[in-house]
Amino acid sequence: MALARLLDSDLFWSFRRSPVTVLSALVALVCVLGAALAPWIAPHNPFDLASLNLGDAFKPPAWDEIGEASYPLGTDDQGRDMLSAIMYGARISLLVGVCAVLFSTLLGVTIGLVAGYLGGSVDGLLMRIADIQLTFPSILIALLVDGIVRAALPREAHDQIALFVVIFAIGISAWPQFARTVRSSTLVERNKEYVLAARVIGLSPLHIMATHVLPNVLGPVLVIATLNLGNAIITEATLSFLGVGVPPTHPSLGTLIRIGNDFLFSGEWWITIFPGAALVAMVLSVNLLGDWLRDALNPKLR
Amino acid sequence: MADDIAMRASGAPPPHASDASPPRASGASPPRASGATPMLAAEELAKYFDVSRPLLQRLLAREGRRILRAVDGVSFEIPKGTTLSLVGESGCGKSTVARLVVGLYQPTRGRVLFDGQDLEKARAASEQRRRMQMIFQDPYASLNPRWRVRDIVAEPIRAFGLTRDNAAQRERVAQLLAQVGLSPLDGEKYPHEFSGGQRQRISIARALSSNPEFLVCDEPTSALDVSVQAQILNLMKDLQRRLGLTYLFISHNLAVVRQISDRIGVMYLGRLVELAPAETLFNAPRHPYTRALMEAIPDLDMTGRQRVPVGGEVPSPISPPSGCPFHPRCPLANHRCKAERPALIPARGTPETVVACHAVEEGRDGAAFTPMDQRPPGPRIGTTATAL
Repeated sequence: MALARLLDSDLFWSFRRSPVTVLSALVALVCVLGAALAPWIAPHNPFDLASLNLGDAFKPPAWDEIGEASYPLGTDDQGRDMLSAIMYGARISLLVGVCAVLFSTLLGVTIGLVAGYLGGSVDGLLMRIADIQLTFPSILIALLVDGIVRAALPREAHDQIALFVVIFAIGISAWPQFARTVRSSTLVERNKEYVLAARVIGLSPLHIMATHVLPNVLGPVLVIATLNLGNAIITEATLSFLGVGVPPTHPSLGTLIRIGNDFLFSGEWWITIFPGAALVAMVLSVNLLGDWLRDALNPKLR
Repeated sequence: MADDIAMRASGAPPPHASDASPPRASGASPPRASGATPMLAAEELAKYFDVSRPLLQRLLAREGRRILRAVDGVSFEIPKGTTLSLVGESGCGKSTVARLVVGLYQPTRGRVLFDGQDLEKARAASEQRRRMQMIFQDPYASLNPRWRVRDIVAEPIRAFGLTRDNAAQRERVAQLLAQVGLSPLDGEKYPHEFSGGQRQRISIARALSSNPEFLVCDEPTSALDVSVQAQILNLMKDLQRRLGLTYLFISHNLAVVRQISDRIGVMYLGRLVELAPAETLFNAPRHPYTRALMEAIPDLDMTGRQRVPVGGEVPSPISPPSGCPFHPRCPLANHRCKAERPALIPARGTPETVVACHAVEEGRDGAAFTPMDQRPPGPRIGTTATAL
C-alpha cells in the first residue's frame, strides 16, 4: 500500500524521468551497500594486522602484469588490499558523514524553530551567533574543535573517542544553515491561522512547535541535509587528509588518500587514485541526488 | 434536534444549559437582560503596536518611536446568546479586537471581562478557556495541511481532556462533522481535499468540539463565494439557535452582518463610532461614517443613482487626526470636531443607538437624518434605462 503510493507519487515520477538521478542513485546505492556490507563481502580485512604481509606491499592492480588476482586494486605500503581498505574506509566516511549531518540537523532545526517561533531577543541572539559562525569556513571550526579536544584530553583517551570528536566537530560547523532555513519557514508558519487556532485553545509553545510548526518546515531541511551529507564526507576526508581526523588504525578514505599521496610521485598511483575516485563517486552521487530532491520538491520548478 | 439526542446518547459531554432556555428574542430588540453578566465585556480596550524602525536606523534618521494605534479605547458588551458584529474598513482594528478578546494579544490598556471574570485569569483555567473558541478568515491557512481532518477536529477535545477513550472521541468527531453538514467519513481525509466552504465547515466543527459558549468569528465568510457564504451563515445561525452560542462577528460586509447580528458596532480607525441594534443601524444610521457606508451598499432599488463616495483616504493609525478621527472626511465637521474627541453617548431620536459624534449630539445632522425606509425611492432600473 505504502509502496504503491510511493511508486505513484510525483516524486517518483520526476525521479524516473531524470537518467542522471537514476544513475547517481545507483552509484550511491553501490557505495552504501559496499560500505555497509564490507565485513562480509570485502576480500580481506585490512584492520587485521596479523594477516598483513609486508611482502605483499606495493602490489599494482590486478590488470597490471605483476599484479595479483587476490588484490584487484593492488596493495598499499603495508600490504593491505586497496579494495578492502576502500570499502572499510567508505564505511567510516559514511558513518561520520551521516552522524554529523544528523547531529547538525537536530541542532540546527531546534535552534531555528525556537528562534523563529519565540522571536524577539532570543531570535536576535541565536541568529547573531549563527551569523558569526558563518563568517568562518566550516573546516576551520572543525579543526578548532578537534584541536581543543586534542589539547584537553590525553592521547589514549582521545583515540578512543576520536570518531565522536570528528562527528561533533563536523556537525557543529554546519548547524547555522539548518537554523536559518528553519527559522525563515517558522516565521511564515507561526502567523498562519492554524497556529493561532492552537494558541487560542491554550496549547504550550513547545507543543505547538513540535506538532504544528515542525512537520510544516521539514521539507527544505531534507534537501539541505542531503546536500550537506556530501559536504560532511568531504570535510571528514579533509580532516583525515590533514591527519587530524579518525586515527590511522581505522583509515577512512581521507587517510588512504594521504597515505597514497606520499607514494604518488614514486609511481604507486593506485594507492591514492582509487580512494580518491571512490570519494568523488560517493560525494558526486549524493550531491546530484540532493540537487534533484531540491528541484523536485520546489513547486515553482514543476 | 436529532444531533442533540445523539449527543446525549453517545455519552459525550452534556450540551449547553441554554439548550433548554426559550429561543431568544429576534430582530431589533436583543434580550438585554440588565443585571445578567454579559458573556463578554470590553472596557476601554486599546492595543498599540510598536512599528518603529530598528534602533540604529532610528538614531541615524533622528526619528522617534512610531506607535500604531490599532485599537484605541473600545468598549462594548455582548449579552449571552446574542451576536455583536464589528464592521469597518480594512485596517480599522476590528481583527485586532477579535484577537484581544481571545487573548492572542495582550491589551495595552483597558481590559476584557469573560463572563464577569478578567480574561487573563479566565484563560489561565482550562475550564474557562474551553468556553471560548475562534473561527478564522482564511480556510486555506486555518487547518494544518499535514493533519487529517479527524485530528484537526479532535485537537481541542484532546487539549482539554474532554474524552478519555478513543472510541468516544471518534464518535464525537463524527457527530461534529455531521453537525456541520459533512460526512463522518471525511475525517480520514486531508484538508487539501476540500473546497473553501467545506474547509470553513471543518473549522466550525473544530471550534465546536470543545463545547464552547462564545465564538469569535474573524471574517469567516470573506474568503468564500457568495452562495457558500449564505450556507455558512445559515449554519452559524442554526448552531447559535441550537447551542445557545454567543458570537463576536467581525466583517467588512454589511450584507453579511445584517443577516447574522443582533447588534452592530461600526469601527473607524481603532475606535467604535456607532453601536446600535442591527435593524436600527440599517434603518437609521446616525454617524456620518455609518451613513456613508450605507450609501455605498449596492442595491437593486437604487440602481443608476448617483453615489456620493466618502472623500479622502483613511488616515494613518500611526498619526491619527486630533479630535474626532473622522473629521478630515466628514461633511459635518467643524472646529469642535477637530479639537475634541467625541464620546459614545445615546443619540438624539434613536436612544437605543450610541454614537460618537458631536454633530449628532448637537443636532447639526438633523436635516440630513431621515430613516432609510422613508427616503424617496431612487429612479428604477426601467426609468434609468429610458432616460439613457
